[in-house]
Amino acid sequence: MVTLNENNNPSEAAAPTTSEPHVNGTHNSDLVKRDFKVIGSRPRRPDGIDKVTGRARYGADFNFPGQLVGLVLRSPHAHAEIVKIDTSKAEKLPGVKAVITSADLPDHTGGDRNMFDILENCMARKKALYDGHAVAAVAAVDAATARKALKLIDVKYKLLPHVTDVDEALKPGAPLIHDNVFTEGVEPKPTKPSNWCKRAEYGHGDVDAGFRDADVVISRSYKTEQTHQGYIEPHSVSASVSPDGMAEMWMCTQGHFVFRNQCAQLLGMEASKLRTTSSEIGGGFGGKTHLWVEPLALALSRKANRPVKITMTREEVFRCTGPTSSASMDVKIGAKKDGTITAAFAELRFHGGAFPGMWAELGAMTAFACYDLKNVKTVSKDVIVNRPKTAAYRAPSSPIAAFAVESAVDELAKAIGMDPVDFRIKNAAKEGTKSSYGPVYGPIGIGPTLAAAKNHPHMKAPLGKNQGRGMACGFWFNFGGQTCVDVNVTPDGFVNVAQGTVDVGGSRASIAMAVAEELGLPYESVRSNVADTATLGHNDMTDGSRGTFSSSMAAIFATRNAIKVLRERAAKTWEIPVGEVEWKDGAAHAKGVHHGNRPPLTLKEIAAQAGNTGGPVAGHAEITADGAGVSFATHIADVETDPETGRSLVKRYTVIQDAGKALHPSYVEGQFQGGAAQGIGWALNEEYVYGKDGRLQNAGFLDYRIPVCSDLPMIDTQILEIPNPNHPYGVRGVGETSIVPPLAALGIAVTNATGVRQTHVPMSPPRVLKSIKSKAK
Amino acid sequence: MGVLVKTTVNGDAVEFTCDEGEVLLDVLRNRLGLTGAKEGCGTGDCGACSVILDGRLVCSCLVLGAEMNGKKVETIEGMAEGQKLHPLQQAFIDHAALQCGVCTPGFLMAADALLRKNPDPTEEEIRFGLAGNLCRCTGYDKIVRAVQAAAKEMRGA
Repeated sequence: MVTLNENNNPSEAAAPTTSEPHVNGTHNSDLVKRDFKVIGSRPRRPDGIDKVTGRARYGADFNFPGQLVGLVLRSPHAHAEIVKIDTSKAEKLPGVKAVITSADLPDHTGGDRNMFDILENCMARKKALYDGHAVAAVAAVDAATARKALKLIDVKYKLLPHVTDVDEALKPGAPLIHDNVFTEGVEPKPTKPSNWCKRAEYGHGDVDAGFRDADVVISRSYKTEQTHQGYIEPHSVSASVSPDGMAEMWMCTQGHFVFRNQCAQLLGMEASKLRTTSSEIGGGFGGKTHLWVEPLALALSRKANRPVKITMTREEVFRCTGPTSSASMDVKIGAKKDGTITAAFAELRFHGGAFPGMWAELGAMTAFACYDLKNVKTVSKDVIVNRPKTAAYRAPSSPIAAFAVESAVDELAKAIGMDPVDFRIKNAAKEGTKSSYGPVYGPIGIGPTLAAAKNHPHMKAPLGKNQGRGMACGFWFNFGGQTCVDVNVTPDGFVNVAQGTVDVGGSRASIAMAVAEELGLPYESVRSNVADTATLGHNDMTDGSRGTFSSSMAAIFATRNAIKVLRERAAKTWEIPVGEVEWKDGAAHAKGVHHGNRPPLTLKEIAAQAGNTGGPVAGHAEITADGAGVSFATHIADVETDPETGRSLVKRYTVIQDAGKALHPSYVEGQFQGGAAQGIGWALNEEYVYGKDGRLQNAGFLDYRIPVCSDLPMIDTQILEIPNPNHPYGVRGVGETSIVPPLAALGIAVTNATGVRQTHVPMSPPRVLKSIKSKAK
Repeated sequence: MGVLVKTTVNGDAVEFTCDEGEVLLDVLRNRLGLTGAKEGCGTGDCGACSVILDGRLVCSCLVLGAEMNGKKVETIEGMAEGQKLHPLQQAFIDHAALQCGVCTPGFLMAADALLRKNPDPTEEEIRFGLAGNLCRCTGYDKIVRAVQAAAKEMRGA
């Protein structure tokens, strides 16, 4: 899921040592300084017209001939033993072609705990572990028949006590959710199972000594509630398994290659026989990196011997996919009067829903990543509760940890009488800092984003009555991962790119821009498409802010390999050594005193003659894109909080973030704005509400209200470019960090507006009102 | 046991048979092959299925197909005139007002309905006019700017 890559850890991938190396994982870092022609411009996206005319095909917009409708029966109970499932009546209903339970999904995971958890989450086995857990599924000729069939499935449950709160689940005597989970990372290894699945610890130095050196120590507890990614497109998958075992899937996913691999493993199939195509994706934000109904569609299709399509309802999306952890945290930070932080400590307790996770651990790694600290320690406790399996959500766990830490940093700055921006600048991490989670930083952007915030007009703008301003910082690791790109020159002299990372926000445009830049062609000559799993090598998911970072890197290397072929063809045509041919401005040029007056051979001319000079012209690159380059941001938020209702409105918002190099600035701004808006929703309103019965009370957009257009102001952005030395153009991923600071920035803003320290997100009107009233007492 | 309905969709006379309880969204998507309207929630909360019905913006998931007799339905598929995009469509592309794009057809319908009533809306009027449509990718900034630009162009300003 998350692999750490450091700025100062360039790829060691070996290139063949020939005079004309196949370009793979090496590059000339001087390129960071080059003058770009295409990169940095704002061309129109290749999928734009399809998306504004309704032509674009998303998950639910595809149908196989003769397909059935698949529906899933879900547990209404938070925790229950499944005593018996009788499907016989449903099977006899005319029009029902298949009914499956966990008996149809035998365990092929070979002892892989993570894969078994995915299998058990997709279909409950002995117990239903949360409200919404799948227990059976049907495929029928139409939706009405499928709905009738669900009602005819008789499930006998034995209700068990449940727990949905992270702190409650840790208490002795809490209902035990899995009898085979023993706390990892604790010595000696526990002999009794519990809901505490993992302990981890990060940091360095001596925090006890550091706190002794402090003049002021702030110690406080914080809570954040569970949220959903809230993508507008519900999950949809169509699967078709043929009698010979060959299969096809069409689905909305952030990673069709990974889904292919995982589905094949869970169904006991060979990956090569399962061809998956990713549809246009209607948002994911991490929520479409996890399997839910996809294996069920395959299993139903295999049993029914017909294609099957499953499209989730919005209620299903909320009840059984997606959500983040809710969390409970204790933070303690100490500083000298001069503003030097002497020690920092945090304990973070996060739940992973009904399955083991490492969400608290991610929080422990990210919590203090913005700062240069001598003494720092974080302890994480990952916990299991009767809620849906936690999924990644944009910089998973980092916004939660940042809420607690940045709130404490703000309180500490105020306690020693320092401006919160100056306090952060004094303690900010820089190149050479040993990070709180281990690695030593290369060139990073936290200092520059803080300096930009200090100088931003927003910081100096006057505030009105009941208004408050907050600022906060955020960090995300960023990820590189396995990536593969093909560049094909068409016979008419244009260029087709096959990328394997799903395009979630405009990456096809950005990848095409990188290829055009390398070739010296206009952007319009290059078209990038997302290839299916049968036509390109494995690609990791579009997650970890890796899509544009890794695919542009692979695309640049693939293009350089294509340029090598183009130069060879020109050399052959001219009958001169290839070493005397150089590529610039979209054409081969003969160089040197003997060839200087030959007219250049354009890509179009070489492509037209390709059949006579050696065949089609193409370039490929297969890489593990190491060195993603860590990402930092600073946000500034103004709110107005109504003291009578507790309702907070965002009046002004500014995002400042390091992009390394912005390939397409509009899409970088879009990531900044979108992440900020999601963070604003989380900070002010969004929250899963569970009843005493362990059932989700607000599984819909009416009651789980994400920000609408009238809730938000314009979101100003400032892109900083501190080049990532590990990418040929200096790119860093930009997708995730923008959701990290808003919870804290708004928490501090509401604190300043109300005069009451906010420690519980979301700061919904009742919660803020309660805090104001408790202070008044 | 279906209901025979004669209606107009994007200016074309259309005849279909649907079930009594079938919503317009399902008719458009499953019977007429017009999949530009999306089902984001099925409860009228997200606006992804927005269409214009007799000049009025509606969630097609909340209207029955059987009610369409003699009505005029406008969907995203009818917004462009041949090869020429509507100024709103062009503005959404030019201003990068979409990321995943799944909410875009609904936003374009809602913005079109707004500008027909109010050709020169303030930012606040745009924000409230589009408040029935959810977008999770953009934070709405570039959407509002695109609508402002299209409105200006359509006014010939």
